[in-house]
Amino acid sequence: MKDMTFSTLLAVFEEIFGRGLFWGMVVIAAVVTLAYLFVLVRDRAVSWHKFLWAQLSMPVGAVFAVWFLLAMTHSQLRDMGGPIDLIVLFMVAAGGAVGMAILVYTGQSLLRGGED
Amino acid sequence: MSTNKFDINRRAFLAVAAGGAALASVTPSTAQPVATNAKIVIIGAGAGGTALANRLVKRLEGAEITIIDPRPQHLYQPGLSLVAAGLKPADYVTSQTTDWLPSGVTLIAEKAAAIDPEAKTVSTDHGETLTYDYLVVAPGLVLDHDAIDGFDLDMVGTNGIGALYAGPQYAAKTWEAAGKFTEDGGIGLFTRPATEMKCAGAPLKHTFLIDDIARRADNRGNMDITYAAPQGSLFGVPIVAEKVRMLFADRGINTAMQHTLKSIEPGQKTATFADKDGFNVEMAYDYIHVIPPQRAPDVIWESGLSWADKWTDQGWVECDIYTLQHLRYDSIWALGDVAGVPKGKTAASVKWQVPVVEDGIVSAIQGNDPTETYNGYTSCPMITRIGRAMLVEFDYNNDLTPSFPGIIAPLEELWISWLMKEVALKATYNAMLRGRA
Repeated sequence: MKDMTFSTLLAVFEEIFGRGLFWGMVVIAAVVTLAYLFVLVRDRAVSWHKFLWAQLSMPVGAVFAVWFLLAMTHSQLRDMGGPIDLIVLFMVAAGGAVGMAILVYTGQSLLRGGED
Repeated sequence: MSTNKFDINRRAFLAVAAGGAALASVTPSTAQPVATNAKIVIIGAGAGGTALANRLVKRLEGAEITIIDPRPQHLYQPGLSLVAAGLKPADYVTSQTTDWLPSGVTLIAEKAAAIDPEAKTVSTDHGETLTYDYLVVAPGLVLDHDAIDGFDLDMVGTNGIGALYAGPQYAAKTWEAAGKFTEDGGIGLFTRPATEMKCAGAPLKHTFLIDDIARRADNRGNMDITYAAPQGSLFGVPIVAEKVRMLFADRGINTAMQHTLKSIEPGQKTATFADKDGFNVEMAYDYIHVIPPQRAPDVIWESGLSWADKWTDQGWVECDIYTLQHLRYDSIWALGDVAGVPKGKTAASVKWQVPVVEDGIVSAIQGNDPTETYNGYTSCPMITRIGRAMLVEFDYNNDLTPSFPGIIAPLEELWISWLMKEVALKATYNAMLRGRA
C-alpha cells in the first residue's frame, strides 16, 4: 500500500460509506463516547448495576458486529484462512462488544439519571 | 445535584470535548502550488488520466490542463470479475467520467485521432487541434475481439459464451452464461490471450469463482474445467505460478498450457486452439470464457509512439520503464495500460505510476530532475473462492512486495485479502481518482 497516511485512510473510509454517512457515524461515535465520559464525570462513580447490564449486552454486540460484516461481504466463518483472519474477526467482535457496552451503559445513565 | 457541582463537571466535560475536537482537526500540511502557464494535455479519462488530472490541479497553479476522452462512462474495471460471478450488479462498476474531474480541467469529449510529437499537437476526431507543452498518453487499450474467428460480442451470454473484459453489460451477460454452466454442468474452457493483458489474474479469478460457485451448488462433480493459456506457466511471477498450480490441482482444474484460442464455432460449441507447434487442437465446451488479444489504440501506432522492436504486434508506448517518459520525445509520458512496460496493467499499478508521471511533469516545469520512479509494482487480489483471496503484489524483478509483510501472507488464501477486494479496493480506487490516495 503506497502512502498509507491518516488522510489516505480518511479518504478511503469516506469512499466506503459515503462522506455524509461516514462523518455522521464518526459524530455519533464521538457523541456516545462523550456522553459516556459525561455520565462518568457527572456521577463520579461507575454504577455496577448499569455495568452489569452493559456487560451482559457485550456478547450481543460482538455477534451482531461479526454477523453484519460477514453478511455485507459475502463471507462465512469457514473462510477464515490464517491467524490474521482470526485476529481481525476477534477485533471486530471486541469492537462490537465494547461499543454495545458503552452504548447500553450511557443509555441507562442518561435515561435513568445518576440513581441506580 | 447542585448547580455549582454541575458547572465544575461541565467544565471538565467541555475540556475533554475541546481536546478531542483539536485532535480531530489536525491535518497534514500541503506543499505550495507551482506557478506555471504550461499547457498539459492528457489523453484518456480512465483511472490514470483522471487521478493525474486531480493531482496536477493541486500541484500546479495557472496550468492549462485538458483531458480528451469521448467516453461518458467511467468504469471501475477491477469490479468486472465480481459482476461476472453474480456477486455485484453491472452498475457497481459504472459512474460518469465528469463525476471525477476537478474544476480547472477542461474535458473534450472527443476521441484523440492523431498526435504529432514533433509539432506537439493532438487532433481529435471532430477536427479540433490542441497544442501542448506536456502530453500524457493514457487512453487504455483495445480488446481485439475480431482476432477470435467466429466470435462476436452479441453472442456473450448465449450458447455458453462469456467475455467479462468487454464491459459491465457483457460481464453481467457472462454471469448469465457462467451461472447456467454452474447449474447444468458440462465442460468449461477458461482462456487468456497471448498478448500482454490487463490484470493477468482475472482469467484465473474467473476460473476459481465459477469452480467455487459450482461446488456451493453441489454440482462440481458434473463439470470438467480446463484453463487454457498460450503461456508456459499459469502466472508471470514464478512463485505465484507454482502456488496457482497447487491450487488448481487441489480444485481439480485441468490445464492446457501453450494453447492459444484461435476460433470458436458457437453452433457446435467447439473451440479451436493453436498448440505450441502451431497445430490446431479442437476442444468441445459447454461454457467458454473468451479474453481476446489486447493492443494499444490505433492513435498510438499511427503517431509513431510505439516500440519499434518490442511488442510489434501490440504497439505499446516506447517509454522508460522507471520514469514512464517517452524515450524519443521528452515531453510525452505514458500512463496505465498503454505504457510499454513489462508489468503494470492494473489499477494498483496506476496508483503507483501516477505520482511518477506527476513528478516528471512538475520537475520538467521547474527545471529539476525528477525523483520518483516506478518499480513495476503490480497488485492482484487473486480471488481463489468467494470469501478468500491471495494479496499478490510484485515488481519488475518478479519479487514479491507485500504491503503488510509478516501480517498478510501473499501466498495464503485469506479472508482479510478478500475483505480488501470486497470492501476497501473500490474505495481506495475512488480516493485515487480524486487524487487523495
